[in-house]
Amino acid sequence: MPSTKEHPAAAGRTAPAPGDTARRGDRVAALAQRHGALVALVALAAVASLSFDSFATGDNLGNIAISSSFLATVALGMTFVIVSGGIDLSVGSVFVLGGVLAAWGSQYGTVVALLLPLAVCAAIGLVNGLLVARTGLAPFIVTLASMLAARGLMLAITDEGADTFLVDPDSVFASLGQGKPLGIGTPVWITAVLFVGGAVLLRSTQFGQRVYAVGGNEQAAALMGAPVARTKISVYTLSGLLAGLAGALNAAYLASGVTILGYGMELDAIAAVVIGGTLLTGGLGYVSGSLVGVLLLKVIQNVINQIGSLDSAYQQVVSGAFLVLVVVAQTWLARRRRVG
Amino acid sequence: MTELALDNRTLPDRSTVVGWLQNYGVYLGLAVLLLFNVFFTDHFVSGENFRTQAVQVSPVLIVALGMALAIGTEGIDLSVGAVMALATSVTSLYLGYGPWLALVAALIGGAVIGLAGGSLIAFVGVQPIVATLALMVGGRGIALVLLPQLKDVRDPAMATLGSGSVAGIPYLALIAAALALIVGFVVRRTTFGRRLLAIGDSRPAAQLAGLPVHRVLITVYVCSGVLAAVAGFLATARLQASDPSSLGNLMELSAITAVVVGGTPLTGGRVRIGGTVAGAVLIQLLTATLIKHDLPSSWTQIAQAVVIVLAVYAARERGKR
Repeated sequence: MPSTKEHPAAAGRTAPAPGDTARRGDRVAALAQRHGALVALVALAAVASLSFDSFATGDNLGNIAISSSFLATVALGMTFVIVSGGIDLSVGSVFVLGGVLAAWGSQYGTVVALLLPLAVCAAIGLVNGLLVARTGLAPFIVTLASMLAARGLMLAITDEGADTFLVDPDSVFASLGQGKPLGIGTPVWITAVLFVGGAVLLRSTQFGQRVYAVGGNEQAAALMGAPVARTKISVYTLSGLLAGLAGALNAAYLASGVTILGYGMELDAIAAVVIGGTLLTGGLGYVSGSLVGVLLLKVIQNVINQIGSLDSAYQQVVSGAFLVLVVVAQTWLARRRRVG
Repeated sequence: MTELALDNRTLPDRSTVVGWLQNYGVYLGLAVLLLFNVFFTDHFVSGENFRTQAVQVSPVLIVALGMALAIGTEGIDLSVGAVMALATSVTSLYLGYGPWLALVAALIGGAVIGLAGGSLIAFVGVQPIVATLALMVGGRGIALVLLPQLKDVRDPAMATLGSGSVAGIPYLALIAAALALIVGFVVRRTTFGRRLLAIGDSRPAAQLAGLPVHRVLITVYVCSGVLAAVAGFLATARLQASDPSSLGNLMELSAITAVVVGGTPLTGGRVRIGGTVAGAVLIQLLTATLIKHDLPSSWTQIAQAVVIVLAVYAARERGKR
């Protein structure tokens, strides 16, 4: 694998000497890598609100925010995993499992409806982490297996997907998904709080620095005395936990444990994280970028729905093309930084 | 076992029992499963059943052959399912001009997607997993744009291809077997095969040794795309319908499973075509066994998960994604 790793503390914090053109190029490349998705998002939103009267309305933006919040929560956990140099393919299955468990648990009260999916999904993440960290199996394979296992577990609980557990729409748990304090959906508030917490955790804590260090160069991190195995186990557990929480909130929002969700969600989450400027090679990434990546994917989807005459299949074409564009730009920028 | 092995991989030692298991465990697993079925499953030993299993495994197997090549270069091809969808769309669009032209058009579609993926990987230096992920999303989109909904395929030649057989062996199985032999020969006996494995071992070293790294990588992904297109064409013939929204869904994962269970390490440098064939058949047989014994599909998925982890743990590759 090409080495594009930097010192973890220096990631994204380039402080070039003035007048040094190579360094200035560096800084431009770093800025483009970090904020390219944001620029694209703002531009797209501006064009969309000029082109469609129905885009910049409170209702439409609220819909985009709600539908983004679940994927964003999943992408937050995925960001930690990818920065640590791994990948988590199980999140889509864990998401739907979390939703089913929450809907089933909601008959016993809000506490059970929340704690049950969180505990089970965190446990799946823990198993992922243990297998990756202790046996040295490739994260791709481990989480591919747990993707199958988690969906199998979900099917076993729901009588092969035939049972759909319902959430009482008047319960406290349902209000977690459907409530609208200050006109904004509760899941959006929760996601916002999680992202602030996640950004602080990744940027400003010892744990976050270790995640960068393990993803940047695992052997160096081990030699420096970072607890590599513990860090890896933590990020996979966090990813499982967040995917389960997103599933539970989604169940509250839909007022039922829908069993056919989550297919391809892991790929959407990975795409959002990559679009947000996080390198799949690990060691470099931003929580805020992942949020922008999710919003960008959802705004593209929304705009294509607005056009109406276009089939929704075009959304996939546009998303794919956009992803190609982003990774080509990223790779080019990374190479440029290495040369400069 | 050390927790932090600094070496990239431990090559199986062929001289020990463990080493033998690591290399040939998939055949042993297959034999055990076959014996179990012979004794405990009703109507297992019948020509009809073998034909059904062979027809069902053929598309996965063909896709897995291309996947094995990509994995041999330390890459991966997530776009194969989307290529199958594209192939089925293109096939039904061009079937009016005859099945041969439809086949050629479908293969060109697969080759173009493979060319795009290979170029991104070879020239731009994008990681295979991201490059082919983007093509997976975009490829299925294109398939759905070309053919927005399910369409019946009514063509006598296609029907014969999909359900006919010669000397009791279905055409689909014959084609899959022939392709497996060709790919196996290419990997073992040709310069291209050696170069592919050298790149998988160490791309920088292959580059320094003067191998045409870019050309080989692009050829590998074009092969993978073309093979996936063949699988899509054959699946269309078997199902007598084109459904680009569902055909090939999760196919990339089934193919990767077959390759990995067959003993090909994800770290590249080795490709085991015989193992890949056995891996694909093993997964198919495992699913069929569980279904025949009335175990629900939830158990099938959990059993697959366990088999994957065990197989890879036995082969014990280290580290990388």
